[in-house]
Amino acid sequence: MAEVLVYVDHVDGAVRKPTLELLTLARRIGEPVAVALGAGAADTAATAAEYGAVRVLTADAPEFADYLVVPKVDALQAAYQAVNPAAVLFPSSAEGKEIAARLAVRIGSGIITDAVDLEQGAEGPVATQSVFAAAYTTKSRITKGTPVITVKPNSAAPEAAPAAGAAEALEVSFSEQATGTKVVSRAARESTGRPDLTEAAIVVSGGRGVGGAENFPVVEALADSLGAAVGASRAAVDAGWYPHTNQVGQTGKTVSPQLYIAAGISGAIQHRAGMQTSKTIVAVNKDAEAPIFDLVDYGVVGDLFEVVPQLTEEVKTRKG
Amino acid sequence: MSLRIVVCVKYVPDATGDRHFAEDLTLDRDDVDGLLSELDEYAVEQALQIAEECRRGDDEAEITVLTVGPEDAKDALRKALSMGADKAVHVEDDDLHGTDALGTSLVLARAVEKTGYDLVICGMASTDGTMGVLPAILAERLGVPQVTLLSEVSVEDGTVKGRRDGDTATEHLEAALPAVVSVTDQSGEARYPSFKGIMAAKKKPVTSWDLSDLDIEAEEVGLESAWTKVDGAEERPARTAGTIVKDEGEGGKQLAAFLAGQKFI
Ligand SMILES: Cc1cc2nc3c(=O)[nH]c(=O)nc-3n(C[C@H](O)[C@H](O)[C@H](O)COP(=O)(O)OP(=O)(O)OC[C@H]3O[C@@H](n4cnc5c(N)ncnc54)[C@H](O)[C@@H]3O)c2cc1C
Ligand SMILES: Nc1ncnc2c1ncn2[C@@H]1O[C@H](COP(=O)(O)O)[C@@H](O)[C@H]1O
Repeated sequence: MAEVLVYVDHVDGAVRKPTLELLTLARRIGEPVAVALGAGAADTAATAAEYGAVRVLTADAPEFADYLVVPKVDALQAAYQAVNPAAVLFPSSAEGKEIAARLAVRIGSGIITDAVDLEQGAEGPVATQSVFAAAYTTKSRITKGTPVITVKPNSAAPEAAPAAGAAEALEVSFSEQATGTKVVSRAARESTGRPDLTEAAIVVSGGRGVGGAENFPVVEALADSLGAAVGASRAAVDAGWYPHTNQVGQTGKTVSPQLYIAAGISGAIQHRAGMQTSKTIVAVNKDAEAPIFDLVDYGVVGDLFEVVPQLTEEVKTRKG
Repeated sequence: MSLRIVVCVKYVPDATGDRHFAEDLTLDRDDVDGLLSELDEYAVEQALQIAEECRRGDDEAEITVLTVGPEDAKDALRKALSMGADKAVHVEDDDLHGTDALGTSLVLARAVEKTGYDLVICGMASTDGTMGVLPAILAERLGVPQVTLLSEVSVEDGTVKGRRDGDTATEHLEAALPAVVSVTDQSGEARYPSFKGIMAAKKKPVTSWDLSDLDIEAEEVGLESAWTKVDGAEERPARTAGTIVKDEGEGGKQLAAFLAGQKFI
């Protein structure tokens, strides 16, 4: 069976969930060969193997942390040459997409970004994409070279499928461009203790209707009662009420949870682009004409400061 | 020393319009209005600020806006010129129809080289394709550093510096010019063209190039030679109408009952 390279997104050896989804999807196309780079790379092997990696290629060097993107492109190119895979898959993170794109140019291959599903077709992998703010679903494939595809988080449920994968050292020689962009400093983002926005099963988002940073605890309290992540519209982010990392939409995160609750959000096209594919959508908005109500499974026309706290209390009571 | 800035801007269909596919599964541009991609306005804005800073230090700076696109794409160039860019380059050729990211990046790279540059500034992503990969590809093709997805950017003594807010960390980056930069919509509100700016833009030079001006063969670009192929496109079925209630004091409880019914509680 052909091998498929899978780029492992990890933080100091802890594999992030989108990679587990990617390994699961990769098995539809071939045998996953994981590539993990940087500090803790070898520590990812056990998890990668649990989700089906038959081999885990690892490399660690200061260049991976000290310079932007290109050292990792060099490593992926080395892995590509060593494995001669049927496809190369990346998580659709900012970095994943950039590595993928540069690799594609180097190996003379086409690239598809932001796939939401992947299957094996007669002429190679077929990627499903959600386009025009999720108004359309397309199926595409790559016609030149080895398919390079980036896949969005939450595109598949991770399924364990233990394989032999053990860490093997990958030989990487860095290109002249590798040290072009220096990372002068890096500050890790503080954890809020809440689930990650793109990985959460439930997301509760607040918009301009929340009215101020001091009111966001109303949204957070509902999120915490449901074990949900907190999102925000761009209007709320631009106003400085909530961090940009929590923005949902075209220029923020795309989320596709089981349940999305929008409070005080009108439902502009750019916001919908980031949440339209959620399974169940609920909204609280005092304007009955707000476009968000076109999307909802259940909507309450009313003041969020009345409805949301009552809902939070009721959730707590029901959960006992 | 003069700083030569090239800003890559894309002419895109209005996202609030009814976007759909043409028969050949490329974007149908006939029924929907186009405009300068809003995300590229941020790139123009940062170029203007960098140039202004440069001139304050008694250096010269010149901003060229560059687009690859159909005839109407000139509108996007005009808008950027009226914001304050100095001149424009429009690459237009019938053979470009259906070109994908790798093809477009080839055209942009050749056009940037022909224009001459110290700094290329792009938007974070186009609002139609939303790939967000072109700046990285451009840097790869040009063989210069990529300093991408910046929410803050400055140029000083031949060095570009910026802040990149990633998923798990915030990074401060630095590279020597020439370089390719992309900026996010967090980099600062873009200015509106003034009346004076709009009038001045009418007199600014717009150069048109076709593929032969860039030594690119028709076979290297276009739909037929794209590296990717769309085999099908389906409109997402409209969501079935949900239940909408008016809060009369029990809205939160009704919502809880719905969520419990769906097994979320
Ligand atoms: C290039 C581009 C990219 C963009 N990217 C994004 C993006 O990634 N994400 C995003 O969200 N937006 C994005 N936008 C912005 C988008 O167009 C909208 O401006 C934005 O989503 C509006 O946010 P909102 O719904 O919170 O605010 P508004 O549209 O102002 O809506 C606020 C809503 O709150 C309701 N409300 C007010 N008070 C209450 C109350 N007490 N109780 C209940 N309801 C109340 C109002 O009825 C209203 O419907 C982008 C725009 C552009 C041009
Ligand atoms: N046809 C084009 N002409 C000029 N610039 C472009 C074009 N396509 C993309 N770009 C630039 O590349 C950025 C990222 O585009 P993309 O990778 O297509 O999302 C955009 O914000 C523009 O700055």
